[in-house]
Amino acid sequence: MQNPRVKLPEKAKPGEVIQVKTLISHVMETGQRKDADGKTIPRKIINSFSAKFEGQDVFSAEMFPGISANPYLSFFFKVPGPGEFEFTWVEDGGARVVQKEKLNVVA
Amino acid sequence: MTKIGSPAVCNRRRFVVAAAAATAVAVLPNLPALAQDQPEAKPWDALVKKILGDAKPVEGKLTIDMAEIAENGNTVPFTVAVDSPMSDKDYVKAIHLISTANPRPEVVVFRFTPAAGVAKAESRLRLVSTQDVIAIAELSDGKFLMTRRPVKVTVGGCGG
Repeated sequence: MQNPRVKLPEKAKPGEVIQVKTLISHVMETGQRKDADGKTIPRKIINSFSAKFEGQDVFSAEMFPGISANPYLSFFFKVPGPGEFEFTWVEDGGARVVQKEKLNVVA
Repeated sequence: MTKIGSPAVCNRRRFVVAAAAATAVAVLPNLPALAQDQPEAKPWDALVKKILGDAKPVEGKLTIDMAEIAENGNTVPFTVAVDSPMSDKDYVKAIHLISTANPRPEVVVFRFTPAAGVAKAESRLRLVSTQDVIAIAELSDGKFLMTRRPVKVTVGGCGG
């Protein structure tokens, strides 16, 4: 679980609905595959993602092995004003990656 | 090394299922008639019932946007959306995406708040084979929307 990438518009106006795009590198091992010895490779996926803006919940996702490797997630956000996003990805086992991004709001 | 999405694994799994089914029919000649009376509960069917409870979903306002033919089942882009005002009183709480043929029916649950402004999300999923995908939206007033659409898969993602 590494290299989280977030794409926000360069500028946003209050009241505008923007698209937020996120991507993170992860194999998303399904738990269905077997190794060369026929042993099942244990499941290891990012099972949850959440986005907050100034501490307020905006969007979240519960993911299952049906989500592709290097999970891409995109959602929308109605800009209330200036502030900062906090994005969190959580892996099976509890490891997490947190990324913060300021939103450039112009009047 | 196991190749990701190895076709051999897919074929073997299908073969085992087919062989097991054939054996069952051969040993119990009455089974097909029985099966008609009590259709086998599919995992996705149970999941849909679990999400809906006693609620009756309606069609419309919920869309799944994805290619009709997915060349690579390992990564199939999709968008789900509900035409909703996303106000504090009337918003979409969640959209569930369900596969009818993958080893596990759950794919993803998107959870929204009115802060999103628009009830729309995108991701990429794995599809083992040609199948229908189902979306169910949970609204803030307790109602449900449901839609399904077929997708043809050229090379299966085979659950990874």
